[in-house]
Amino acid sequence: MTVEFPALALILLFPAFGVVFNLFLGPRYGRGAVNVVGPGVMFAAFGVATWAFLTLLAMPPGGALAVHLWGWIEAGKFHTEFGLRLDALSGVMVMIVTGVGALIHLYSVGYMAHDEDFARFFTYMNLFAFSMLILILANNLLMMFVGWEGVGLCSYLLIAFWYTNPQYAYNGRKAFVVNRIGDAGFLLGIFTIVATLGAHGVWTLDFVELRQHAALLGGAAATAAGFLLFIGATGKSAQIPLYVWLPDAMVGPTPVSALIHAATMVTAGVYMIARLGFIYTMAPSALALVATIGAVTALFAATIAIVQPDIKKVLAYSTISQLGYMFLGVGSGAYASGIFHVMTHAFFKGLLFLCAGSVIHALGGEQDMNKMGGLRRRLPITFWTMFIATLAIAAVPPFSGYFSKDLILEAAYDSGHSWLWFLGVITAGLTSFYMFRLIFMTFFGESRVDSEKEHHLHESPAVMTIPLIVLAILAMVGGWVNLPEGLLWGNAFVRFLTPAVGAFKPIVEASPSSLSLVASIASALGIALAYLFYLRLPGVPMLLAWRLQDLYNLLLNKYYIDQLYNFIVTRPLFWVSNNVLNRAIDSFAIDGAADGAGLAVQTSGQIARRAETGNVQHYAFVYLLGALGIVAYYVFLVRG
Amino acid sequence: MNGGMLTALIFLPLIGALFILMQSEERAIWNSAFIFSLLPLALSFYVLAEFNPQVADYQFAEQYDWIPAFGITYHVGIDGISLFLVLLTTILITLSILYSGGGDIEERPREFCFFMLVLETGLLGALLSVDLFLFYIFWEVMLIPMYFLIGIWGHGRKIYAAVKFVLFTMVGSLLMLVAILYLVYSAHVHFNRTSFDLPLLYQVPLTVTEGRWLFAAFALAFAIKVPMWPVHTWLADAHTNAPTAGSVILAGVMLKMGTYGFLRFAIPLFPTVAVEAIPLFMALAIIGIIYGALVAMMQPDLKRLIAYSSVSHLGFVMLGIFALNPEGIDGAIYQMLNHGVSTGGLFLLVGMLYMRRHTREISEFGGLWKRVPVYAAIFMVVMLSSIGLPGLNGFIGEFLIMLGAFLRIRLAAVFAVVGVILGALYMLWTYERVMFGPITRAVNETIGDLSGREIAVMAPVIALMLFMGLFPRPLISRIEPSVTAMLARVNVAQARLELERQPNRLAALLPARHTPNREPEMAAAAR
Repeated sequence: MTVEFPALALILLFPAFGVVFNLFLGPRYGRGAVNVVGPGVMFAAFGVATWAFLTLLAMPPGGALAVHLWGWIEAGKFHTEFGLRLDALSGVMVMIVTGVGALIHLYSVGYMAHDEDFARFFTYMNLFAFSMLILILANNLLMMFVGWEGVGLCSYLLIAFWYTNPQYAYNGRKAFVVNRIGDAGFLLGIFTIVATLGAHGVWTLDFVELRQHAALLGGAAATAAGFLLFIGATGKSAQIPLYVWLPDAMVGPTPVSALIHAATMVTAGVYMIARLGFIYTMAPSALALVATIGAVTALFAATIAIVQPDIKKVLAYSTISQLGYMFLGVGSGAYASGIFHVMTHAFFKGLLFLCAGSVIHALGGEQDMNKMGGLRRRLPITFWTMFIATLAIAAVPPFSGYFSKDLILEAAYDSGHSWLWFLGVITAGLTSFYMFRLIFMTFFGESRVDSEKEHHLHESPAVMTIPLIVLAILAMVGGWVNLPEGLLWGNAFVRFLTPAVGAFKPIVEASPSSLSLVASIASALGIALAYLFYLRLPGVPMLLAWRLQDLYNLLLNKYYIDQLYNFIVTRPLFWVSNNVLNRAIDSFAIDGAADGAGLAVQTSGQIARRAETGNVQHYAFVYLLGALGIVAYYVFLVRG
Repeated sequence: MNGGMLTALIFLPLIGALFILMQSEERAIWNSAFIFSLLPLALSFYVLAEFNPQVADYQFAEQYDWIPAFGITYHVGIDGISLFLVLLTTILITLSILYSGGGDIEERPREFCFFMLVLETGLLGALLSVDLFLFYIFWEVMLIPMYFLIGIWGHGRKIYAAVKFVLFTMVGSLLMLVAILYLVYSAHVHFNRTSFDLPLLYQVPLTVTEGRWLFAAFALAFAIKVPMWPVHTWLADAHTNAPTAGSVILAGVMLKMGTYGFLRFAIPLFPTVAVEAIPLFMALAIIGIIYGALVAMMQPDLKRLIAYSSVSHLGFVMLGIFALNPEGIDGAIYQMLNHGVSTGGLFLLVGMLYMRRHTREISEFGGLWKRVPVYAAIFMVVMLSSIGLPGLNGFIGEFLIMLGAFLRIRLAAVFAVVGVILGALYMLWTYERVMFGPITRAVNETIGDLSGREIAVMAPVIALMLFMGLFPRPLISRIEPSVTAMLARVNVAQARLELERQPNRLAALLPARHTPNREPEMAAAAR
């Protein structure tokens, strides 16, 4: 059942108004107005989203709200429109984006309080929210692509927000270009779908219609489309091999890292695959690839995270790793579980970044954990909220991450990917290790803070700590919407999403409690090891780093993947463009081939210079003569 | 009511040009030039309003005998293929004159305005001609003012660039002229009457060999104008050395004469050869897309960079044209307009920078955002339009082109998306080097942001980008009927070719998207 619900457009219009206001009037009306409008439009959008979501909840399962805006591209037989649709899947995502988004906007008021470019900042942030909401609410694949590239643009603008630093500007461009590589795959995926369905006389990209006609795709085209669209997902959601932009994206302001590069934008790939689950279900090999890439990325990024000294870099690799979990979930066919982890991750990872921001803010920009330590008494709210978030990401029951991660690992095992399940369990251990390492290095032990910064140490203002507290509560209880079956309301979240994304069909039956036990043991081991290394025996990590120097350097330098890409892609590309194409072919061969013409050019150049007398009458006369000449030429030739 | 409308449109600028020759005071020259560019602009909007989207054939048509002895008529008309190109021309000319009056052109403003308006007559005439003789005259007429615009108001090696431009174009034009005459001669043989009228010439039966040679001659002339790889080298010199307004019109409108020529003449006159040539032209288009992007990336001069990016963008247009399906050709025509708006915009922006710093070397800039935030923001939007960000105009064209190419030859679209990636790479890199980073040169500390006039020039450009990106339907719905009619000829030719190749598979004869054959009625109209 689909109900017309025009107010859906308001969810987009509020942030759009924010963009226009902050861009054109922000500098004039000043910080006060921007601080009200920037977060205000997000709270308003959250209000409308809540209204819509409650309306949806009141409807029977499988319902949706929709509004058609206008027909967009219509050429030949191809046609697509601008239209919004809110079903269970997009409903959950909209609640996350507007809710967490509003909190992070509020936090930004405090974080950016000393930055003179506040109006530009909120313009970009509102533009991001607008694009992200288009991505989620789009009722067709092409409109989703509009949001998809729009969020990429905002990511670029916000990474390069402090543009006077050339490195930041470079990192922003890197993010955009790497994402474009993924987007190329996305486009080809769209073409594959259009062309295949078009051959059957069905020209549509509308999700509802696609689902109806998905059977026409057939296995081969579904697999091809699945692979190609997944390339897009690896770009946007920072998976192997296109993850390289995300760690570098951390140079943007920390609220940006929290909102865009942790809670919302980077989960777009997971959302897209859940949205197109009906295609992936027809393409088992594409789905298996999604799961494999997810699990491998989860482990790969976690190993890098355990040695990084920069607090935001740890969180960045942690995000890549957690996104890997989400892909493992959707790749196992458990779309609802993947989205469940999107939600809990938005709470605890958004919170972790905001807490890191609070620490960095307090330390006047310091991000190196070697220069922190002992901060828990000086920053009590930051400490406790970050500790809660860490318990959540380390999957300690009953914090939110426990429920969602368990569900994903269970799905991985039950879908027959026991090896990927195993990778997931190891990653769980690594996750607790690096997260508690972060907590211990930052908040416990002796203070290693520079003495001058020590004096300025202060807890963040209320405008920043209130979002922390709200998110901490969500990180604590957010997982309770989906309890193990039979307990209280049971798996309510999965039941709610199933009509929209399809049910998970296990291949292998395993006892959920024993699987859960194994994962919990791995987590506990990680915590214990971090406790041992960073509180009890602080010399051990250094000793290990020294004894296993090669391994340590390999991890510290992120497996040298950036250098590898640079060596095999970037440098050859520029070398060939400059030396072969620009110099050898364009300037020498092609232009030189017209050598005779070149000579003629020189000679006539001399004549022309003489002809250039500067006398307009001369020009006009020559012009007239030429025109007459042409006419005469025709008359003569045609007669002949 | 509508009689003489197109004639007025074509010749109003010429009257304006002559009127301006009589002016002497500088302010009066600029003002009258601006007003005389507004008149055809208004007329072209009137034509748009009165244009019937349901009709595929020429509208507002006028036909008078001109040189009856040779069957030459003054035959003009407008259809979906030319409609928006005409609007693009009138808009860009107006903006160029508005911009140039703001200090860009200080020497000989009277002659400058004269040539600009004569150029407009040439461009509009070529777009509206239905008679091949008339077309050829206008095709040549537009060369001359451009030659002077580059040669007199250009920078650097302006004479070299101007002569190179004319020579390259002339080589193609002369071959085309021979082809036109041969075609008219064949028509004379078959129909026993001499005529340069296009609808009649469409009907001339040619042998395969004749068709191939004639197509080659037309195609070469147009390919040089586009310019397609590898006959593109004149472009970089012409653009780099032309004055800003010259570059805007050259890139914005004149290059489209090449792609327009394919759509209006080369393909519908020789549809069988065009179908045979699909792989060749798609390959050249793809080489142009990737090659143009890579060479653009390495240019140290902003204008040269944009010139090579045009090679890449026009490669997209050619790819869409030779997809020879409605999606591809609609996209190609849309992309012609997009390129006019976005590259025109880029040249205007570079011109504004040049006025302030008298250099276009990328390495001379850096960190400009801090000084000129309005300029930087506008540059950002124009750049995003150029790299095809969804929501802005460029995306619609690129998407339809690649979709059309994918429907024709899948591999072609795979290569074309590489061009989309590279486009982002070189444009963003350029932007970064000009706008981001610290200010490294003291002179850049003092440059001023845009003036009111400059914002007035850029505002319509930005508005068009947004409108065309969000509401393409009013445009495409007017473009498409004429495209479908043109494709009907192609589909017949394609079916014939397939029949020759596989005579036993009669079932494959009817193409999937066959539209009613309009040949008989066109022949009737020609008579």
